[in-house]
Amino acid sequence: MRLSDILFLAYTTLIRYPLRTIMLLIATSIGVMAVILLTAVGEGARDYITGEFRNLGTNLLIVIPGRNETSGGGGPIDLAGLSPRPLTIEDAQSLSQIDNIRRIAPVVIGEAPAQYDGLERSASIIGTTPEFLSIRQWEMESGSFLPGASMRYSPPVCAIGKEIKSELFGDAVAVGEWIRIGDRRCRVAGVIAEEGRAIGIDVQKTVVIPVALGTALFNRDSLFRIIVDVRTTSRMDQTKQSILSIIKRRHQGKEDITVIKQDTVLQSFDNIFNVLTMALGSIASISLLVAGILIMNVMLVAVSQRQAEIGLLKAIGAKNKQINNLFVVEAIMLSGSGAIMGLILGHSITQVLKVAFPDFNFLPPMWASYVSLIVALISGIIFGLLPARRAAKLDPVEALSGNK
Amino acid sequence: MIRLEKLSRKFHVGNQVVHALDEVDLEINPNDYVSIMGVSGSGKSTLLNILGLLDTPTSGDYILSGINTSKMDDDEMAGIRSTKIGFIFQSFHLIPRLTAFENIEMPMILSGINPNERSMKVNSALEKVGLTDRSDHKPEQLSGGQRQRVAIARSIVMEPDVLLADEPTGNLDTTSGNEVVKLIEELNLAGLTLIVVTHDREMGERSNRLIELRDGKIINDQRKS
Ligand SMILES: Nc1ncnc2c1ncn2[C@@H]1O[C@H](COP(=O)(O)OP(=O)(O)O)[C@@H](O)[C@H]1O
Ligand SMILES: [Mg+2]
Repeated sequence: MRLSDILFLAYTTLIRYPLRTIMLLIATSIGVMAVILLTAVGEGARDYITGEFRNLGTNLLIVIPGRNETSGGGGPIDLAGLSPRPLTIEDAQSLSQIDNIRRIAPVVIGEAPAQYDGLERSASIIGTTPEFLSIRQWEMESGSFLPGASMRYSPPVCAIGKEIKSELFGDAVAVGEWIRIGDRRCRVAGVIAEEGRAIGIDVQKTVVIPVALGTALFNRDSLFRIIVDVRTTSRMDQTKQSILSIIKRRHQGKEDITVIKQDTVLQSFDNIFNVLTMALGSIASISLLVAGILIMNVMLVAVSQRQAEIGLLKAIGAKNKQINNLFVVEAIMLSGSGAIMGLILGHSITQVLKVAFPDFNFLPPMWASYVSLIVALISGIIFGLLPARRAAKLDPVEALSGNK
Repeated sequence: MIRLEKLSRKFHVGNQVVHALDEVDLEINPNDYVSIMGVSGSGKSTLLNILGLLDTPTSGDYILSGINTSKMDDDEMAGIRSTKIGFIFQSFHLIPRLTAFENIEMPMILSGINPNERSMKVNSALEKVGLTDRSDHKPEQLSGGQRQRVAIARSIVMEPDVLLADEPTGNLDTTSGNEVVKLIEELNLAGLTLIVVTHDREMGERSNRLIELRDGKIINDQRKS
């Protein structure tokens, strides 16, 4: 029997029982649509989160004290900065000899009370260099950020977040005033416009001070980390190696730091969300299975409804295999066209959602379309097989006398 | 051409055994015209189904064109049904969603004949049964007599040696029944072996050979001289 004839015959059954066909098409298409929509949401969430990170630029390297045993692998990273050997301001300065490094921002962090004119509140303190501003791509609301000076010594100046400003100064002008941070005094150079978070800290509740002042304030040798801005991203890996070897030389030949790419952090989030998306996709696939079972039931009914026809086909010379193929193809056509309908629906609804929620990028991943189509087709074959076998095995005489 | 030797077909119903055919010996010559008669339940359909390889005997042999069919598997029997045997049934057995043309085409579709050849043969079969103008009609748009003529066309497109008809006029009024009988008799005159089950004595007496069954046994076998 020719393929075109098999397809034609299967097609005639589909249009002959429109209600049944539509019901099964809907069942399958809902399954496929669910896969598309759920993975679109998962993928959109991934895009949203990683987009937040991507804003920081992929040209950053982060140097943290402590050896990460599984470094290079993207495994757990010791972000706590616990290390036997401190990562110092001198270490940070030494990195300036690397050509490909444009900006270096050593960072210490801590908490300290901020006081002005009898008012006091606790503030997150970031000790760093002026480069931090451009690395983070922050804007200033008023005044200026930290003054350009050596890392080792800097005048006692600070930039404050918006909330610190409003709580200590209210509507008054802050720039030029002296505030007390812990047991130090410093002059407010400017107010930071940024409202988001940096290194997990709410910028609005932050006071940024020169790095040397920070280590002195917290009486600490070690930096929390060094953020490095690389000129040519294609030479990222070389730069990473240079950093490792320079610090190693400075640390008596011990490689006791970890250099991570911003990319690596991004990658971990990426992985988490990929897993999430796949999990959502798999859950949705279950509805495809349900559709498959529905197809099987309907095909079983079809076999008993069409007994007389099966008997007739056998009487005019159909081989068992041919009867089998006719029913399997019918099931595949049902699940296949249901899947295509589901793909069209899923992708159209995604487009509508994109318009309705412009901030959130619904992105149905390519694999979701392929996988759901393939799963639908396979379930068509598998669940079509049992009814088809049953049809093929019918005894011709009994079938002929069966219901018409 | 057809030879049955001590052929029996038993059915088990509950714990009883029904001898639908009981040690039947029968020989049918090519191009013969045979009627099979008998009361209801005498085994006529069972005999016809076995002759058409739709059913297999419980014991005994069926030799068709010199080949013993008892050793054949499903596919071989399907092959013989496809090429050597044509069937007509009391209830026509047309596929309702297909047109007359497509119904007639079906045996050729199953044996993989190309569409051009199919179309030629369907058209000539339609012409033989006088339904050229009904080619696009669905069975529900045809009268009983027309439906049976479509079924006849379908049974001869593969140019079989034998035409088996189980009460072909049973569902038809006298006029269209007579048309159908005339049609299959013409086919017999053109060389087809014709075996008709009927309970209509008048029709039975038109044949060259009348076989009467009772309780699965041949009780009468008479030839016209
Ligand atoms: N599938 C079957 N199961 C049980 N008994 C059957 C079956 N087919 C036929 N018979 C029995 O075999 C006998 C002959 O049946 P059949 O050949 O259909 O008779 P006819 O066509 O002459 O009326 C009947 O007694 C019938 O009940
Ligand atoms: Mg009968």
